[in-house]
Amino acid sequence: MGYFELIIACVFVNNILLAQFLGNCPFLGTSKKMETAVGMAMAVIFVLVLAGTITWLVYTYILVKFGLVYLRTIAFIVVIASLVQFVEMFLKKSIPALYAGLGIFLPLITTNCAVMGVCVLNIDKEFTFLQALVASLFYAVGFGLALILFAGLRERIFLARVPKPLQDTSIALITAGMISLAFFAFQGMV
Amino acid sequence: MPKTLVQEFTKGLWEELPPFRLVLGLCPTLGVTTSMENGLGMGIATTFVLVGSNLLISMLRSMIPTKVRIACFIIIIASFVTIVELLMQAYTYPLYLKLGVFIPLIVVNCIVLGRAEAFAYKNKVSFSMADGLGIGIGYTLALGALGAVRELLGHGSVTVWGDLSYNLASSFPSFHPFSFMVQAPGAFICLGLMLCLINVIGD
Repeated sequence: MGYFELIIACVFVNNILLAQFLGNCPFLGTSKKMETAVGMAMAVIFVLVLAGTITWLVYTYILVKFGLVYLRTIAFIVVIASLVQFVEMFLKKSIPALYAGLGIFLPLITTNCAVMGVCVLNIDKEFTFLQALVASLFYAVGFGLALILFAGLRERIFLARVPKPLQDTSIALITAGMISLAFFAFQGMV
Repeated sequence: MPKTLVQEFTKGLWEELPPFRLVLGLCPTLGVTTSMENGLGMGIATTFVLVGSNLLISMLRSMIPTKVRIACFIIIIASFVTIVELLMQAYTYPLYLKLGVFIPLIVVNCIVLGRAEAFAYKNKVSFSMADGLGIGIGYTLALGALGAVRELLGHGSVTVWGDLSYNLASSFPSFHPFSFMVQAPGAFICLGLMLCLINVIGD
């Protein structure tokens, strides 16, 4: 697969939120306001690129080399958790403006299954290093795109009169279904 | 007010029914419920991890320092997930392949970490196990129900473990299955409508 197809596949066809169902908790949790959605999207892009490449390196050069493949899950979550902690400390010291912008979303990323999911998918699909890097970046871009689109819609829904049992999460899920349907149209592209 | 062991168990079945009441653990709820069998399988795997991690965290709660508790929880949970992963590879390989990426992702399922933080870290071993089992069974039933609805509407029939099966067309000959329900958009819409139904019943 060429890199162009890979990019289209990651952003649209296999969109991490709407087609693969990864990272849905922050998707519903942080999409009530546009500001928080943008913050979350930036934080995910930042961490996912780092996590995707580092876990690939750890898997290929440590776990496979020493025959420890069965420790994948534990190794990956430890890498992600410490990476998030490290990024948090680094940003606090050197780029306080960005740190303030990302705020509470950074620590939440440890338990964002989109991050862990992409790391596992990179390995399962047997990507090379460069493919893993591109895939991580564009899966994250796809996450951001879907999240920001959804936040825009949800701000509108907030003003609409929704029947009581459908309020909040219920209508949000149905709206997400509609966006997912729109993304479904990309299915035949790659 | 202290609850009894039975109350801790039953609260997971309705009051705190994970995907509907707490709206946690949505990724596997949406991702694996293309059939009832997958939903139940995922639920059982999660229940095992929940009970195991609740048990161990509750036993170790006086030894885990507060400051690094989240890291400790994650390591314990990840160990149990690895056990489940290996067990499923050994005994239920077809199901393991179907659930795919969602098995290692039990680690980051908010329900498991949520119960560890909110319950197991503060309560006795027996209560923590009852809590884990109750929430786990509630989750399994919810996933099974969602899987059953989607499979029934999407394929027109439900089959569990090869022998138990029900065909909708036999009762409603005019029914045509619409595969929309088993595809990605159907997952969101079906869960949204079920949530609505639960809200109606709850009121």
